[in-house]
Amino acid sequence: MTSQRKVYVISGGVTKFAKAHPDMDFRLMVKRAFDYAMKDVPDLRASEIESSRISYFSDHFARQLKAASMVQDYLGLNPKDSRRVEWGGATGGQAIQAGWETVASGRNDVCLVAGFETMSHVETWKGNEFIALASDTNFDYPVGGFYTGYYALMVQRHIYEYLRKRKFADIKDERKAQRAATEEAKRVMAMVSVKNHVNALHNPYSQYPEKLTMKEAMGREMIAFPLNRPSICTMSDGAAVVILASEDVAFKYTDRPVLIKGVGCGTDTMRLADRPHGKVPLFSWERADDYVSLKYPGVHSFRAGRTAALEAYKNAGITNPKGELDFVELHDAYSSSEIQTYEDIGLCRYGEGYDFVDQGHPFLEGTDYGLDLPHKGTMPVNPSGGLIACGHPVGATGIMQGVFALWQLQGTIGKHFGDDTLQIKDAKRGLIHSHAGTGSSVTATIMERA
Amino acid sequence: MPGIRKFRKFRDVMKEVNKKGAAIYENPAGTHDLVVLSPYNINYIHSYAEDTPFFLGLAEGKLMGSECKKCHYRYATPRSHCMECGSETEWSELPLEGRVHSWTTCYFGSEEFLKETPFNLALVEFDGVDTLFLSRLKGAEERDIYIGMKVKAVFRKAPKYLVSDVHFVPAEPKAKK
Repeated sequence: MTSQRKVYVISGGVTKFAKAHPDMDFRLMVKRAFDYAMKDVPDLRASEIESSRISYFSDHFARQLKAASMVQDYLGLNPKDSRRVEWGGATGGQAIQAGWETVASGRNDVCLVAGFETMSHVETWKGNEFIALASDTNFDYPVGGFYTGYYALMVQRHIYEYLRKRKFADIKDERKAQRAATEEAKRVMAMVSVKNHVNALHNPYSQYPEKLTMKEAMGREMIAFPLNRPSICTMSDGAAVVILASEDVAFKYTDRPVLIKGVGCGTDTMRLADRPHGKVPLFSWERADDYVSLKYPGVHSFRAGRTAALEAYKNAGITNPKGELDFVELHDAYSSSEIQTYEDIGLCRYGEGYDFVDQGHPFLEGTDYGLDLPHKGTMPVNPSGGLIACGHPVGATGIMQGVFALWQLQGTIGKHFGDDTLQIKDAKRGLIHSHAGTGSSVTATIMERA
Repeated sequence: MPGIRKFRKFRDVMKEVNKKGAAIYENPAGTHDLVVLSPYNINYIHSYAEDTPFFLGLAEGKLMGSECKKCHYRYATPRSHCMECGSETEWSELPLEGRVHSWTTCYFGSEEFLKETPFNLALVEFDGVDTLFLSRLKGAEERDIYIGMKVKAVFRKAPKYLVSDVHFVPAEPKAKK
């Protein structure tokens, strides 16, 4: 880490995430987000952008190979250095880190990171098929390839490890105990759905803002037990960009650049079935005794997320994330994986995720959710509404988190959203978290007000 | 634009495109967008390569896992090299009975499997084996299934040479209602 240069995010732009944007192809979507970002740094000329890192997840959705070249072309950035980044659901987060690398290394002073996805080109069930092709096509896909099914398998085991074996340990009848634990988890997952949909009411870029109640959140259509519709993100069309700059030039273009303080990345087996059953890689505030009988990561936790957070915190010098982070934008493709991720990234210990929600920690202090939350707002998670309410145009998603984190740390949410309800007061440091597959790759990036 | 119908709802555009091949979307943004059908069918010539004995095993009513020759890590879903130590593995038959490690019932899914919904997925664990196996669990409904439930393998009589040539069913009596 000694020879790296400091890298700043100086600007960002997002299109509204929507079910479909038939009036814009992927090039125009990126162009709109790019123009927005350029307008926010009027002293930066396009000719000063030295390279680009362009992300989209699926060639199946795009049905255009080398689509990144067409973005480069449309933005008028030829003949400069460019490349495509693809890393499943973590494509956007990985693209930001790829841009960070090119600036940190000294190769470039200004790099554009741009991402998109156009998922409206096929019906939802075909889209599910495309996404499921990002599971082992010999052993997983033909069994009934469906990502919501995979995440349901993971949370069922999470519920078993942490609710059945603890909170419901007294119930002797195994079936009854598991049912009771699952009902409890469904209630807490509904709280996460309520939080993210209600937060999004104040985010004009989000796809599904909704004044959702607990009754509605718990009552809607089951997709893969115990995950129902409001606890799952949707497919979207959308684009997002951030512009990165070195310390030498960042302050020329803006007086409010945001430092990328630390990056981390982790991986795990492609197949859920292959996940090891070993020991937890510990944060400094955890002890091996906390997890004596726990087999880790199993299918209940994301070792890739834990690994990414360990690296990012180390690089950013963070020893107490709950005290040192002012907000987190994490990859809540499912309300279940939001809860699992709290534990992976150390907002609480493994097993405490449900209680963390029940106590109100990840909610926003000044927002009414119609819930009784004793510790409301101590660690806001997904103030933007997250994937569940913003939508998940895969290649844009991780970059969207970067844009929202930039605006939070600049204190410019009101300017960009036309409403400052979601602005976290005096936010100094935030974490963005991008997640792929069944947790087969995860990035964590710490951003800090300069 | 003779013969091309216009719609204000994108859902209606999709229906028309699926039927007639083209439609115009009268976008609230003020544009008129031409939307066309663009089919895409592919037959891949796919080799199971080093995983071949597993798929041939299914046709003979066997579940072929693998075991590392060096560290003896045992895989329920086979791989020809060990993820723990990198050594070669050898084929090793699995028991045909195991337990549900985790499970779900899917009410929606990918296009290919939509007509089969609702269906159950289960990760199956076997005694003495370090990793799991993903399969369908049939003959049980959402209310019957639980983690730890004993299950046994059933093989397809006329193999399709897919991992779905095997599925699992409960190996214990149903709980009293």
